[in-house]
Amino acid sequence: MQTVKMVVTGPFSAGKTQFIQSVSEIDVVATERKISTDEEKSVKSATTVAMDFGRITVDNDLVLYLFGTPGQKRFDFMWEILSEGMLGFIVMVDSTRPETFREARSILETFRAYAPTPFVVAANKQDVEDAWDLDDIRHALRLDSNTKLLPCVATNRDTVKAVLLELLYSIIQEMES
Amino acid sequence: MALRGNLRDFTVTQLLNLINLAGKTGTLVLDGVSEQAQISFRDGKLAYARVGKEDGSLALVLHKANKINANQYRAIADRAGQMTDKELGLLLINAGYVTQEDILTNLQGYFTELVRKLFTWVEGFFRFENEILPPDDRINVRLDLENIIIEGSRQLRELEQLQDEIPSLDMALKFTDRPLTNVNLSVDEWKVVKFVDPKNTMRQIAKTNGLSDIEVRRIVYGLLQAGLVELTRPAGVPTPPNPKQFPTQDKEEQKTLINKLIGRIRTM
Repeated sequence: MQTVKMVVTGPFSAGKTQFIQSVSEIDVVATERKISTDEEKSVKSATTVAMDFGRITVDNDLVLYLFGTPGQKRFDFMWEILSEGMLGFIVMVDSTRPETFREARSILETFRAYAPTPFVVAANKQDVEDAWDLDDIRHALRLDSNTKLLPCVATNRDTVKAVLLELLYSIIQEMES
Repeated sequence: MALRGNLRDFTVTQLLNLINLAGKTGTLVLDGVSEQAQISFRDGKLAYARVGKEDGSLALVLHKANKINANQYRAIADRAGQMTDKELGLLLINAGYVTQEDILTNLQGYFTELVRKLFTWVEGFFRFENEILPPDDRINVRLDLENIIIEGSRQLRELEQLQDEIPSLDMALKFTDRPLTNVNLSVDEWKVVKFVDPKNTMRQIAKTNGLSDIEVRRIVYGLLQAGLVELTRPAGVPTPPNPKQFPTQDKEEQKTLINKLIGRIRTM
């Protein structure tokens, strides 16, 4: 059995666990704990502390694993471990929470430093009325025009599939260049 | 028990706070990554400081402040070797080169600046030596530590924020498409801009220009915000192996594998 993996990363409460849940054929193996600080409690009640883990079986010989990283900074020691051997990574941002963009940029730079693998940025919650426009998010995250910034709704399987496909196209493109 | 430990556990700001509150007299010795610093205190007030090879002498301080020129500095070093700084100070005042206020203001400024630089030392060891008193042959000052501590805390917060923005100094910089015309840059910013090249890491740029981590981060942050540069992986550096990225090393098989993944996800 051959296995490959992709990593889904991003700030706290960006929608990483939901993203994986939308396409995983198994219930996501999540290591969630109750939130301890009031500020974070107001956003959601539990968070990933080690990793999320989803699976997509391609055929009898090939399985794709999706790993979601913990979003809270105090668990960032897991990031480097999770990034080892990844085909590529997805940085998720919550389009409605601009206060997390700075952290998203920092996470993006950290993962780029870990491994020179292709990546895409998924702007989650694009279906919400007060979501930032993609162009504005691109500027806020200081993404150059070559970086793929994709609209996404983590609960919508089709948009999640589109993000994964774009990452795979980038991987193919890099292999051919 | 002697006050000693690791700067990872106890920051310079915390150490100064402790010395201030306890009204300590003695010398705090910091062994940083590349140099040693000695800061002397009398009754909890800053009296004297020196870092690395600089001896913190009056002649050096006045020379750095442009109160005496290079020739005068050399002449003092050659001819007044045995003279204490107090004697030298009196001589310079009597000769009309400087005033007493010049001497005190410049010494205070020099020592404060040295201590400020230490706030960014996060690696290394410290020890407080009760027996080592501020040197007698140097002019001691009496500076309250409160303002220095507040400034230090500010710098620490700034450093933490800058580390969030620029997590690794091992990345390089490259220019964006935006032209550099009509941009007013400071001398330090130009020093960094001069070395912007994917071949140079930010750490190398800082070392070449004698900038501390926080100084180079601050400048790069400004250039990034202005959209003049962007971070990039250093060119020419062998990329670290990405272990077991593919189960096969054959390029064609790798492509087949990715195409299989694409096919599977499309049909989900």
